[in-house]
Amino acid sequence: MAHIFFDHISTTPVDPRVIEAMLPYFGEKYGNPASHIHDLGQTALRSLDAARGSVARMVGAQPGEIVFTSGATEANNLAIKGAAAGSKDRRHIIVSEVEHFSVLNALLPLRASGFETTVLHVDHDGRVDPDDVRKAIRPDTLLVSVMHANAEIGTIQPVSEIGRIARERGVLFHTDATASAGHIPVDVEAIGADLLTLSAHNFYGPKGIGAIYVRKGTRLESMLDGGFQEGGYRAGTENVPGIVGMAAAAEIAMAESVGWADRLAPLGRQLWDGLEASIPLLHFTGHPKERLPGHVSFWVEHAEGESLLLLLNMQGVMAASGSACSSNLRGHDEEDLVASTVLKAIGVPSDICTGSVTFSMGKDNTGADVAHVLSVLPAIVSRLREMSPTWLDYQKQQGG
Amino acid sequence: MAAGPYSEKVMEHFMNPRNVGEIENADGVGEVGNPACGDMMRLYVKVEAGKVSDAKFRTFGCGAAIASSSMLTEMIKGKTIDEARAITNTQVSDALGGLPEVKIHCSVMAEEAVKAALDDYSKKHPG
Repeated sequence: MAHIFFDHISTTPVDPRVIEAMLPYFGEKYGNPASHIHDLGQTALRSLDAARGSVARMVGAQPGEIVFTSGATEANNLAIKGAAAGSKDRRHIIVSEVEHFSVLNALLPLRASGFETTVLHVDHDGRVDPDDVRKAIRPDTLLVSVMHANAEIGTIQPVSEIGRIARERGVLFHTDATASAGHIPVDVEAIGADLLTLSAHNFYGPKGIGAIYVRKGTRLESMLDGGFQEGGYRAGTENVPGIVGMAAAAEIAMAESVGWADRLAPLGRQLWDGLEASIPLLHFTGHPKERLPGHVSFWVEHAEGESLLLLLNMQGVMAASGSACSSNLRGHDEEDLVASTVLKAIGVPSDICTGSVTFSMGKDNTGADVAHVLSVLPAIVSRLREMSPTWLDYQKQQGG
Repeated sequence: MAAGPYSEKVMEHFMNPRNVGEIENADGVGEVGNPACGDMMRLYVKVEAGKVSDAKFRTFGCGAAIASSSMLTEMIKGKTIDEARAITNTQVSDALGGLPEVKIHCSVMAEEAVKAALDDYSKKHPG
């Protein structure tokens, strides 16, 4: 059976070169960088320094500006809550409505403690209008947080413009580059970011490791009480194998990601065109041009998202959906099934029967994978529609 | 076969749903659910000599919704009206080898569909 992974936005396979780089750090190189007087600790510390350099280079930063975390969720929490805790009198934060939950939910305790927030709307393509950022900035605005690219709909935000506006107004700018880093160029200077979130497992590195770029001079409070690791920003013994793996993934991405994007962009186009030609009542989501390479997202009428994913999986195709029914099958009650806030934000109707799908290709996908998906999906959609009472009604309407 | 998030029985009914379609001149039709909630079921029944002689469905929804619909039609065929009315969502989900907690509402939808279809039957066939 086919085995086609089209869900790279959820995670990516760890590159074998990354695994190879990490393995010694579980075995012979087990030292703790904090205990670096002896040889093993010294080895760990040097590896940590080298890794910090690689990750810094990947985003155009200085090594001292990289703080390793357990992943993007922690990095986003640290950016938002750490900046808030470090603020003397600025009590206003601006975000977009399509941010990851680790940004949106990090605002909840801040609101409870007196912070005010402005949540910016996005347009039909999922983009923030930089002018809206300009208008939302107040004298007491501390931080603007707008993601670089959206996982679910692939849209790339105009972060450079937003960063410039924030800079002009003396406001911190944080961008979550989880979905973009390692796939399209991410440069903290070009973006004008003061804080930038990275996640290793989204660019062929291991899970459980990420980083936050903290521009030199940015006031940020640590959230964990403990030792002085990571420049005081993040207490706790560093995840040395993970950090080494993240650095290896960063090096690979720096050398190869332009080639991946050059190959994936036309594959994405091919998939887009093929879907458009073969499935009626299909609506693409996200910006048609300003989007992640190899990322194709859409919703269809009269076929439900989870059912689409289950049938795709039966054909060896693994993809994601923002439809409510597929959101959290391990939850405890119906309230745990929540339709994607991103789909709501871009105006996907919630009062008619729809199913959303996100196809996200990675460096190892091929044209044959695209062809396979195009050969199975139209029949899957038809099959579900034939079963749907709403499709029957729709056809009667059309006929009558 | 690929392992899904559901029991084998659910997947089997999802992949090979029984009794999909509609019954021309059905004796009762019940429509429950709400597209905004992600699922909607329409159940058609034929009643002969006080028994459900045929049942067909169309469902928009997730794997659990489709499997529950399919299982329900199997369960009510041949039952008397009272027996069919007495079918509970728990019986549907048990027959499917259990559903994830968040998907129990799909079996509830199935239970409600039978009641709605039989209410419709009673209305059309008073006395």
